[in-house]
Amino acid sequence: MKKNEEKTTRPSVTDKDSGMKRRSFVKLLGGGIFIFFQPWNVIDMLPVPQQQQRRTLTKDYNAFLHIAEDGTVTCYTGKIEMGQGIITGLAMMMADELNVPFEKVKMVMGDTELCPYDAGTWGSQSTQTFGPAMRAAAAEAKSVLLDMASAQLGVPASQLEVKNGTVIDSSNDRSVSYAQLAKGKKLEKYLEVKPAVEDYSKFTIVGTSHKRVDAIEKVTGKAKYTGDLKIPGMVFARILRPPSHGARMTSVDVSGAEKIEGVKVVRDGDFIAVICGNKDRVDEAIVKIKAEYDFKELPVNDKTVFDWMVNAQSRVSVAREGGDLDTGKKLSDKIFESEFHDPYVAHAAIETHTALAHLVDGTMNVWASTQSPFGLQDAIVNEIKMTRETVRVRTPFLGGGFGGKAAYQQGVEAASLAKLTGKPVMLVWTREEEFFYDTFHTANVIKVKSGIDKSGLITFWDYHVWFAGTRGSDIIYDVPNFKTTSYSENRSAFQVHPFGTGPWRAPNNNSNTFARETQIDIMASAAGIDPLEFRLKNLKDEKMIACLKSVADKFGYIPAKTPGKRGIGIACGHDAGTWVAQIAEVKVDTATGKVQVVRVACSQDMGLCVNPEGALIQMEGCISMALGYTFSEEVHFEGGNILDRGFDTYQIPKISWLPQIDCVILDRKDKPPKGGGEPAIIAVGAAVANAIHDATGARLYRTPMTPERVLEAIRKV
Amino acid sequence: MEETIRFKLNGKKTELRTDPSHTLIWVLRNELGLTGTKWGCGTGFCGACTVLIDDEPARSCSLPVSDIAGRKVTTIEGLEKKGKLHPVQKAFVEHEALQCGFCTPGMVLTSVSLLKKNPSPARQEIIEALEENLCRCTAHVRIIDAVMAAAKEMKGGK
Ligand code: FES
Ligand code: FES
Repeated sequence: MKKNEEKTTRPSVTDKDSGMKRRSFVKLLGGGIFIFFQPWNVIDMLPVPQQQQRRTLTKDYNAFLHIAEDGTVTCYTGKIEMGQGIITGLAMMMADELNVPFEKVKMVMGDTELCPYDAGTWGSQSTQTFGPAMRAAAAEAKSVLLDMASAQLGVPASQLEVKNGTVIDSSNDRSVSYAQLAKGKKLEKYLEVKPAVEDYSKFTIVGTSHKRVDAIEKVTGKAKYTGDLKIPGMVFARILRPPSHGARMTSVDVSGAEKIEGVKVVRDGDFIAVICGNKDRVDEAIVKIKAEYDFKELPVNDKTVFDWMVNAQSRVSVAREGGDLDTGKKLSDKIFESEFHDPYVAHAAIETHTALAHLVDGTMNVWASTQSPFGLQDAIVNEIKMTRETVRVRTPFLGGGFGGKAAYQQGVEAASLAKLTGKPVMLVWTREEEFFYDTFHTANVIKVKSGIDKSGLITFWDYHVWFAGTRGSDIIYDVPNFKTTSYSENRSAFQVHPFGTGPWRAPNNNSNTFARETQIDIMASAAGIDPLEFRLKNLKDEKMIACLKSVADKFGYIPAKTPGKRGIGIACGHDAGTWVAQIAEVKVDTATGKVQVVRVACSQDMGLCVNPEGALIQMEGCISMALGYTFSEEVHFEGGNILDRGFDTYQIPKISWLPQIDCVILDRKDKPPKGGGEPAIIAVGAAVANAIHDATGARLYRTPMTPERVLEAIRKV
Repeated sequence: MEETIRFKLNGKKTELRTDPSHTLIWVLRNELGLTGTKWGCGTGFCGACTVLIDDEPARSCSLPVSDIAGRKVTTIEGLEKKGKLHPVQKAFVEHEALQCGFCTPGMVLTSVSLLKKNPSPARQEIIEALEENLCRCTAHVRIIDAVMAAAKEMKGGK
């Protein structure tokens, strides 16, 4: 080892792969100070969909922090930026912990070669779980730097402080910068113990609002998304798709496509594609391919799906149970029984799934819009038989994800085509493909039976949820007798969904919250108690109470019984460790059934809020996005045929739908940060449904609340 | 089949030999390297592909390149003047009127066009102008605020 190189003892390497990565990483970056740390438990805490948890997790040190010879701090993370702003939030945490200017921190994200393994970016987990681990590493880096400075300045580390990336010995008026310390060094550090993180109260950057670091690139068109990349010799591809899920090709004639100038047909069994350097040509060619199919589809459509689900052979499990339901029933003065339905909902990011793949010297280079670069890497390894060392996935900016890009089929397809053709292949899914292969928010059925006593206290809660999972199915209220039964897919016995389903912003929490908060409102109304008071009366959860009180305050809520012809509705719940309460105000046109949301107030307890402005943006975004599942978003289908394949029939929220939005973030500087990218989406449906009821007396048990459904409900009053 | 098409692109006279039936967006993105114009649906429903033709917003995914012969085309790359952001771009940055940024070029250009015709739009007029531009990240609140702010600055400024 050279004189200026130093290594702390490295723990035994249990994963060859990661050890390799570490070595190539150090080689690639040259000098400076490297910190390797294990993201303690971070991965274990992630609610990763089972099928994606393919990789055995490494116990090796695998997260990286680099202080370069010019003092630039770079953090390498397998997380990706899809609009949620973590590129800014994580950099802020890092800057604070290391006491360097925010501008000095760089984030390298979602590159399987440079970044540590990460299962994927979803579940509002980045700030919550990765953040603290990263901060701990930064704290360790700082103590290393302080030791070095102490040796150089000849004073004990305790006498030093750091400001703006410079270590200062104020008693002797001397200083040395991080850049000077890192200069000419090659120092590798391996964190073994979880260091104490800085006290939140000492943060100067965290908790202040910072502009997105990617904003200028994005308003000037310079930001690069996958589809913006170009490699000499690149061709565009289109793949022949079946008309429906479950259709099997019986014959095909590709001669029409072959006649188009410059177009080549690529074929590997049933996998048929056309390629050409000109995008218009591939679009022209693909429709010239004539294929016949056999259909073997599930006998279900968007209308029959709810019965289909309840009658399906499913796996039954009791998620939560306490007290005794029969006792609860006996104590009840009134009993309520309701059934709620939610449809399949699409992710519909404006950027479709896109990938560019190029095989160079035996290495498959893939750039893809995916929330899971490592998942894609593994899929390519498995499906086109390569080794992990020879597949590199990078993730440029994503044009939205919302859970939809946890799937990465397009990356595997582009890689297959690159392998088959030897050319750089760009695959941009069409909007139709995007809808067809979307992993939808699952349709679901929820049945609730509950009761109240004479004083308006909830006596029991019997909750059955089909295919919406249990996220958000907590009762949250203080109920003595309760049971939550969950029915989930038992694929070997019965296939429920005719097509792909998967996580959608706050996976299915909105369904559970819609059912629970509507049921609560039904009981409040029957008890003749103001719905806010009813909730407070039945709650012990301090955080929920605080959120409800603060949102009432923000809204200027005046208690009243519902329905009260005011059009005001309340709902609350929690997701990803964040508590949220909302009040919506609506106007209902009783002649047409059209509902306009006039105002939504929202209060959120998300622990320490790292970037308040960023969090507000996420809250506003969630509320606006929620108007889609609330009013219009529903995937229509017949068997395996997806009927909605474009924005013409599948309507996502438009700018005119926007209500006035007033948000409050409760000040919780002393609490660890929690997720902020999803929670505010969960309660809007229920708050609006309750507001419609308040305005008209009509009860909606079904989203989306289209004008027809609202009219129908009004007619039943 | 190729033809020479002459037009003004981001203030510069441009001559291009291309198949006139090709779609404008792919010519811009793939032949001219202007990838700021985004593709979101190809059927005119999202607005990510918006460019200005003679200062009017147009959907470049649904136009043949021959349509721009003799006309003035502005893409998102053409808004900066001498390295300075257009007031609308600046306002989008300041108001954080974007998240993933994929709809942003279309939103910005549509707003620029609106402010050219109507320097002091009411909130409702901004909403109407942007109604057919979809934003899935729903940066809507901030987009409206940003356009209001830009209008103010443009009137006050030069
Ligand atoms: S890409 Fe042109 S409108 Fe969507
Ligand atoms: S910012 Fe993502 S679509 Fe508008």
